[in-house]
Amino acid sequence: MQAGTAGQATSGRAPVIAANKLSLTFETNDGPVYALSDVDVSIDEGEFVSLIGPSGCGKTTLLRIIADLERPTSGRISVNGLTPEGARLARQYGYVFQAPALYPWRTVERNVRLPLEVMGYAASEQVERARRNLALVNLSGFEKKFPWQLSGGMQQRVSIARALSFDPKLLLMDEPFGALDEIVRDTLNTQLLKLWRETGKTVVFVTHSIPEAVFLSTRIVVMSPRPGRIIDVIETSFPADRTLDIRETPEFLKVAHRVREGLRAGHSYDE
Amino acid sequence: MTSEVATSAGLEKRAPWREGTAFAVVSLVAFLLAVWYIACVPMNDVVTETRLGGRDIGWGAWLQASWSLERAVLPAPHQIVTELWNTVVLVKPWSPRSLVYHGWVTLSSTLVGFLMGTVLGIVLAIAIVHVKSLNKSLMPWIVASQTIPILAVAPMVIVVLGSIGFTGLVPKSIISTYLCFFPVTIGMVKGLTSPEVMQLDLMRTYNATRNQVLAKLRWPAAVPFLFASLKVAIAIALVGAIVGELPTGAQAGIGARLLNGSYYGQTTQIWAALVAASVMAASLVGLVGLIERMVRRAMGGRP
Repeated sequence: MQAGTAGQATSGRAPVIAANKLSLTFETNDGPVYALSDVDVSIDEGEFVSLIGPSGCGKTTLLRIIADLERPTSGRISVNGLTPEGARLARQYGYVFQAPALYPWRTVERNVRLPLEVMGYAASEQVERARRNLALVNLSGFEKKFPWQLSGGMQQRVSIARALSFDPKLLLMDEPFGALDEIVRDTLNTQLLKLWRETGKTVVFVTHSIPEAVFLSTRIVVMSPRPGRIIDVIETSFPADRTLDIRETPEFLKVAHRVREGLRAGHSYDE
Repeated sequence: MTSEVATSAGLEKRAPWREGTAFAVVSLVAFLLAVWYIACVPMNDVVTETRLGGRDIGWGAWLQASWSLERAVLPAPHQIVTELWNTVVLVKPWSPRSLVYHGWVTLSSTLVGFLMGTVLGIVLAIAIVHVKSLNKSLMPWIVASQTIPILAVAPMVIVVLGSIGFTGLVPKSIISTYLCFFPVTIGMVKGLTSPEVMQLDLMRTYNATRNQVLAKLRWPAAVPFLFASLKVAIAIALVGAIVGELPTGAQAGIGARLLNGSYYGQTTQIWAALVAASVMAASLVGLVGLIERMVRRAMGGRP
């Protein structure tokens, strides 16, 4: 991890995330669990990369390693040329969890201001950024509401605004729409795509929904469980201003088919 | 749904004081009073007998006599009400005969003890949550402290503090503190560790300091636990203050009234002091509950 201590990205178009032979083994009472095994992945700036796979395939673990919420057992990983810890200490990524994880005693606005308070932004700047990012997720006018007054989809949009509020270049999303119904999920997918196009963020997106992964991503990483490893990496080339309608096109179905094949191959050994 | 709205105004619908509740409360009070009055007769049998000197005066007069004895074993409710009226309303509040005066003496040490106990309880909880080894090393002592009967500790505290010049409010408050820090510590340890992993991870992604996690996450998450503890704490702070008044030679306070009453066989005075103590306890718990509701609303609680 000498790249991390140097504190600088190497010149040129260095990848935002570069993982090399990354493994993570959890020691449990029932013996070791191989969450990740020899994972190599490289993600460039501005990409939208989905990690897809069945539960237990280590896709969330990989995201948590990038975010320095877990430490790998072996292998190397750099985030913006830093170690994950360095990137976390420098507040270089925004993280969106499976659940909104809003603080129920804070209003919507104060929830979005939470990271800004922690990072010591001026109060006027906090208000302005909260307003701007809530507008970005179409929640203007809900500033003074408390989380329980909002639907699940709206709560998750607040949590996206919160992750964007301090303007990190990298957005890590862990099944953010997994708990929502399909209709809400479709709408939020469209909004997220638009947001990604407008902000140019690098997004790493964990999901177990094939249509979601194919619709959103520039690249899809298919993973399999026990041990968690990468089965296939699929590039897509849909137009940037695509709509949900492309899900009916043959190209879309072809990509979706390949993802499904990959998932099936990873699963063939048992169950 | 619509008919419900039509038949009753919004306020009435939400009022907790329904007709059924009122009926239940009134009948329960009436029942208890009836039992009390009936119990007075056999309990005061001997005293009434002595008072009447063996005269046979019929059962009606007997009842009347056993409900109006000066030194009854069990005074009748109306006697206690009269005593309360005489010592609360008819005397000046600063007179030593006034129950208001004694109540204030007890209340002041209760509140001081409660404040100190709350601060101590919170400080201990924060320390326990943040320093892992304290959970193992300090917690057993905290639990053990509560297994010692307060009646055994109170005289020692009074004597020791008295010998170094602390008398009156301070020793009594310390006994209250000793009793009421405990539920605060237990509740706050639970409350400060109540945030979910995800909420804690979120703070970690912001590289938040430990103090920021405490101020912005652990503390607000612990507030509901704090209030549950405070309700218990303030009631036992009052008990502590009363117990602290017993070994002081019964100069002032509710505890002094209890002791005085038992010295001189003034059962009515004891009962009046007990009523005063329970009214105080109920008001204090009610006050904490009121503050809790206000805080809850400010923190976005559902109405």
